[in-house]
Amino acid sequence: MSNTIEIRWHGRGGQGAKTASLLLADVAFTQGMYVQGFPEYGPERMGAPITAYNRLSHTPLRIHSNIYTPDIVVVVDETLIGPVDVTAGLKEGGALIVNSRRAPEEVRAEFPGYTGRLYIIDAKSVSLRNIGRNMPNTPLLSTVVKVSGIMEAEAFFENMRGSFAHKFASKPEVLEGNMKAIREAWEEVVTA
Amino acid sequence: MSRRDRLSGNEAVANAIRQINPDVIAAFPITPSTEIPQYVSLFKAEGKIDTEFVTVESEHSAISATAGAEAAGVRAMTATSSAGFALMHEMLYVVASDRLPVVMAVVNRALTGPININNDHSDSMGSRDCGWMQLYSENAQEAYDNMLMAHRIAEDPEVLLPIMICQDGFITSHAVENIVLEDDETAKAFVGEYKPEHFLLNPGKPVAYGPYGVSPYYMELKRTQTEAMNHAAAVIQKVSKAYGDLTGRYYDLIERYRMDDAELACVCIGSSAGTGKAAVDVLREQGIKAGLVKIRAFRPFPGDEIADALKHVEAVAIMDKTDSFSGNGGPLGAEVRSALYQHKCKAETINYVYGLGGRDVRVEDFYQIFRQLEDIADGEEAPAWRYIGVRER
Repeated sequence: MSNTIEIRWHGRGGQGAKTASLLLADVAFTQGMYVQGFPEYGPERMGAPITAYNRLSHTPLRIHSNIYTPDIVVVVDETLIGPVDVTAGLKEGGALIVNSRRAPEEVRAEFPGYTGRLYIIDAKSVSLRNIGRNMPNTPLLSTVVKVSGIMEAEAFFENMRGSFAHKFASKPEVLEGNMKAIREAWEEVVTA
Repeated sequence: MSRRDRLSGNEAVANAIRQINPDVIAAFPITPSTEIPQYVSLFKAEGKIDTEFVTVESEHSAISATAGAEAAGVRAMTATSSAGFALMHEMLYVVASDRLPVVMAVVNRALTGPININNDHSDSMGSRDCGWMQLYSENAQEAYDNMLMAHRIAEDPEVLLPIMICQDGFITSHAVENIVLEDDETAKAFVGEYKPEHFLLNPGKPVAYGPYGVSPYYMELKRTQTEAMNHAAAVIQKVSKAYGDLTGRYYDLIERYRMDDAELACVCIGSSAGTGKAAVDVLREQGIKAGLVKIRAFRPFPGDEIADALKHVEAVAIMDKTDSFSGNGGPLGAEVRSALYQHKCKAETINYVYGLGGRDVRVEDFYQIFRQLEDIADGEEAPAWRYIGVRER
């Protein structure tokens, strides 16, 4: 199972964490990987904490349980830090990605016991600037792909252009904005 | 040419239905099966199928309309879960005893009390004796494959019984996974045309459906239902073999995973089987002779095959994703034990109730079960049945 990358997303209902996990599964699938993308379902309400998951592997995936020892944790909404133990079970050598506009050391201070890799991306600003709305999942997807190393930058951008062209067939004007958002996110992610 | 894709279990089943292109679908939405009729109605709107889509006011009506259409002489399907399934309960018996080869997609979800939308098998297990065949699926691929095989099994003249194709709610129905889809022509050719010998709208050969069954005849009619179910096992195997020869994906009544020399085994149904297989592989690396039996067909019940698979095993854990509240474990536990007793198998048994209402089932749960089996094989006394994954003091 060591060749399986396990990812856990923490967001709030309505922020697109589930969609992001499905998009990531899509991207990895195009790389010939075996994928799982699934949210944890319950009585969903806008703003309530939700969890979504990905398994990505080069061998068939059989386990159908939630993920307890992720390689990567993505915090879509930083107000969940504290109320939710987002780093629970995060593997030694794993990575934590936080959507935040705060200074890296300030975010780092939120995780006193955590010494592993921490990446900060201001996904809200990137999406507001390029898409015109707070759609953090598109820039975060870019950050996760970069941190996970499942594919190279140009291959990823090319791939996303294809899926955006399909997704936004009826409103091509938003395609370029989304493309700029994933490119900027790829560049702007910082290590804390 | 088959095609690699990534779909949720519900999308997979909906695509199988698109390829089957049934004459009638009558459905009422209920989580987590709602997406199936939703996608099917989209296919209808896009002109990809010419199915008559009947929106009804309840699941009782959904299965009634499906039964009416099937009796009239066409292929009719429906989909449901949980409370919707329970509302069909009365009509499930009518469909089976009228020998209507209806195919129903079931997305297993817990029954209410307290209300819960997540997975267990209490819905379909609650109607296990209604006379329908039941096939269970481990993942989206199996849900798709089972659906493409369903009509050939149900409509076989030796069988003529309805069949439900079950998968685990949310765990597979809403998880996107890799899947291989057959191309439409191949799928359609495999499913074939429906040419019923008897049907209602056939004035040249009149028949009656649903007459009163007086005592001098009722029991013989029930006996013929059992006879049909007795034929079903061989027909499932025959159709599965043909499907395997076509697609390379072979299925049987049960799946034996690393059972050849297994000393300890789990028997389970559905998505947890995959998690169990991963546990078996790890335990095998540690030198523990673990194995797993997955039940694909629960009705007909493959008692002979299960007993054969377990004949050399020292201890076996039988896992029920439903509770019978019998004070004696769950339905799979009872039936597997009955088969083992009948075949004079010597394996020690323990029955686990697990995964109720979406309680997550982890690889670690299987490690714990196999540790218990080791102790039982070493002579430790264990209760006849117990829970796993529950908080209790």
